[in-house]
This record gives sequence, C-alpha cells and structure tokens, in this order.
Amino acid sequence: MSTPKIRIRGLSKAFGSKVVLDGIDLDVETGTSMVIIGGSGSGKSVLLRCILGLIQPDAGTIEIDGENILTASRSRQEAIRRQIGMLFQNAALFDSMSVADNIAFGLRAKHSDRDGPVPSRAKARELAGNILQQVGLDPSVGQLSPSELSGGMQKRVGLARAIAGQPNILFFDEPTTGLDPIMGAVIDGLIVDCVQKLGSTAIAITHDMASAQRIGNRAAMLYHGKLVWQGLAADLMNSGNAMVDQFTHGRREGPITMELRK
Amino acid sequence: MNAVLDPIAALGRAVLGLVRQSGALAMFALEALSHLVRPPFYWRIFLSTLIETGFFSLPVVALTALFSGAVIALQSYVGFGQYHVQSAIAGIVVLAVTRELGPVLAGLMVAGRVGAAMSAQIGTMRVTDQIDALTTLSTNPMKYLVTPRLLAGTIALPCLVIVADVLGVLGGFTVSVAKLGFSPSTYITATLDSLKTIDVVVGLVKAAVFGFLIALLGCYHGYNSRGGAEGVGSATTAAVVGASILLLLFDYLLTDLFFSQ
Repeated sequence: MSTPKIRIRGLSKAFGSKVVLDGIDLDVETGTSMVIIGGSGSGKSVLLRCILGLIQPDAGTIEIDGENILTASRSRQEAIRRQIGMLFQNAALFDSMSVADNIAFGLRAKHSDRDGPVPSRAKARELAGNILQQVGLDPSVGQLSPSELSGGMQKRVGLARAIAGQPNILFFDEPTTGLDPIMGAVIDGLIVDCVQKLGSTAIAITHDMASAQRIGNRAAMLYHGKLVWQGLAADLMNSGNAMVDQFTHGRREGPITMELRK
Repeated sequence: MNAVLDPIAALGRAVLGLVRQSGALAMFALEALSHLVRPPFYWRIFLSTLIETGFFSLPVVALTALFSGAVIALQSYVGFGQYHVQSAIAGIVVLAVTRELGPVLAGLMVAGRVGAAMSAQIGTMRVTDQIDALTTLSTNPMKYLVTPRLLAGTIALPCLVIVADVLGVLGGFTVSVAKLGFSPSTYITATLDSLKTIDVVVGLVKAAVFGFLIALLGCYHGYNSRGGAEGVGSATTAAVVGASILLLLFDYLLTDLFFSQ
C-alpha cells in the first residue's frame, strides 16, 4: 500500500476554550482531489491553515510524502511547503502589484534550485502572460491592478498565481464563494483542468455542493471539529449519513444543530 | 474589601498588559532585525519605503521646521526683551532646532504620515489574507514587509532632520532679519558661533531612533491587526499614538543620556 500524499493523524486545535479541530485523521492519496465540506466554524479553514503552517496545531501529526512537517526543521518545512499552491477565498492578490507582478511573484517565489536559475523579473512577467492564458484570461490583463478586476477574474488570477510554481499539492479555500453560478462552474472547470495538467493532489473546502461534486473525487465532512464522514464525492447527495444528507440538502431539521450566540 | 482590591487588581492587569505588549514589541523588533543579516534582502521594498518616507515627507517636515524656527525667534525676541538679551536669539534658535525641534517635530510629522500609512497598508494585507498568501508563496512576511521598512525609517528620518535643521535656522534668520531688524551678518556669525557638532550629531542619532520606532510601531500594529476595517483603523490609531508617545519618551531618555552632564 502506497504512502498517502497527505496523512493527518490526531490533529487538534483549540482557541481558548473553543475546540476547533478534535483529533482529525485524514488520508489524501496522491492525485486525489479531496473536498471538505462543513458548516461555518466547523474547522475547515483551520485544517487547511494547519497544513500550510499558518496555524500551529496543539496536537497530532501532518505528514506530506511520509514526512511529518510539524517536527521537521524550519528549512525542511519551507522546502516541503514550497510544493503547495493555495487559492484563497478572496484570492488575496497583492494590491500593491499589477496582475502580472502577482503571478511573477508566485513564479519566482516558488522556484526551486533544481529548476535552474530563478527567472528574471522581466522573464517572469513574460511567463505570467502564458499562465494567464491557461486560466482563460488575455495576457493584457497582466497590466491591470487587482482592484480593477471582477470577483471572477480575481479568482482566476489567484489560481494563476497558485499554479505558477507548478505545485504538486493545491489547496482551494471556498473557490466559488461570491461568484454567480456560471462563473462558479467556470472556476471549477479551471481548477479541474489545472489539477489534472499538473498531476497535483488537491484539497478544496467549500459550502457549494455543485462545486464539491465538480472538483472532487473524494469528500469528507467536518462537524464541530470532528471528521464525521468520508467517501466518494459522487455520493455526497446520497451518502446515507444523516449529517451529510442534512447538510447537502440544506434541511433545517436533523442532527446538525445551529448554535446561536447569546 | 472589593472596593480596596478592585483598583489594585485593575492596576495589576494594566501593568501586566503593558509588560506583555512591551515584550511582544521587543520580540517583534528582534525578529525583524535578525532578517537584516539573513538573505534575501528586499531592496525594492526598502527603496520605495525610503522614497516614501524621506522624499514625500519633505514638504510637511520643511514647512514645520521653517515655521517653528520663525516662531522661536519671534517668541524669544519678546521674552528676552525683558532682560535685554535679544542677541542670544540666534543661539537659542540653532540650539532648539538642532537638539530638539528638528528631530522631534520631524518625527511627529513622519509618525502621522508614514507610521499611519505603514500600519494601514500592512493591516489591510493582514485582514485580506495577503500576509498569509506571502507565507504560502514561501516568502517570510517579516523579512518582506517589516525589515526593509525598519531600515528605511531609520535612514530616512536623519536625512529629513538635516533638512529640518537647515530650514529651522533659516526660518529664525528670516524673521530676525526681516522683522526684528537684526543684521544678516551678525545673525549668521552668532548662529555659527552657537552651532556645535555634538548638537547636530545627537539630533541625528535621535532622528534615527525615532525613525526606527515609527516604522516599528507602524509595522507591529499593522501586522497584528484583526477584525476587518475597524481593526485596521484601530491599529493605525494605536501606531500613531504609540509612536508619538515612545518618541517623546526616548527623546527624554536620549537627552538625559547625552546632555545630563
């Protein structure tokens, strides 16, 4: 049996008295697109941020290609995380740079020594035009600033920046949030294309069931910091799990309770 | 019993909070400084901050220094008139400007202008996930955002203070000659006689410290801002107020260090 690309064991994280992740065990096999669903505050984003090193978990292990990144040296962590690309919910483009510079930044920052010398800024900007075309944008968009773009275009540029360094792991944080259904489908299509072209392993978190089924071939559900279901993404709408069924069909009644803050 | 203990407990909490904040600020500064000796160094960020701080702050610092020098000359003339020592005006102006007004006023102006901008820019990057994006792009945000700004602030403010010193003295000279009837040559001779290298140098040392503090507070509050637009606004206010208070505190400490003898 091969080692999973990403293996998580007993991952826990609490903020004060609030437990956000509670002993998560999750395997993501190489080449799999795993979709993680769950309500707001269920711990999906915290899980991604723990893998990315943006949040330090309280307990557990996170292995990438069999290496625990939580106990690895700092330089080794950086090297491992260099192979991860991330599309943020709001794209998180650098607003002090042009679109082309954003992508060129991703390209140069993710460049590893084994790929040869780091491309010059001019060369990276030139390559940015090609990457823009890969996500369905005209290279002339590169001259614009992020604030001049629509939400859908920002997501495409965010995707372009994420894939610029040709990562073999890609994370997507609610990639279709705030987009109309057609643009959502377009972004999902681009994500699937990019993941396939790069041969990457992907984790996407989303509330959008149509998007989840388009992007993922595996799926998991988080509830109150625990992993309550794992299975095929194709089974999401008919999982046989009461929580998943309630969530995916948007029913008010069921085992999932909405907590209202007093 | 509570009436006695509550104020003491509140005071204790305030002191602990202050100590915690000071410790966090010191650790932040140390981490940022440690990146000065670890490549890469982001020269483009450094140069753009240097230009933003040093060049684009020139008009406001120049005007402040010019008018401050003029006002000191005017006030001194009125005050010294009671003791018939108006001839000391040139010395007072050059002393006040080089030792105190140049660095302090330039520092306060830059704190309001550049410290606020640094805090707002980095704070906005924080609340829009741009700082997290830097990390995911294998770029250390402290190295990229903070270290070049600290260095630029430390270098830019002394440069501004040299200009402020010259214009402050020029403001005093202009009022003294044009309004108060001093002879230009007498005023210049008195100014040169009173001008001491140590005053200028200490003023520049103060400016470097102030520049570092302004950039540090701007970056620190921006980097740690939370909670959207309101959080960025609070961070910006805290950066300017904190920098202004620290600037005045360090002004006293440095004056005591260099001139208490």
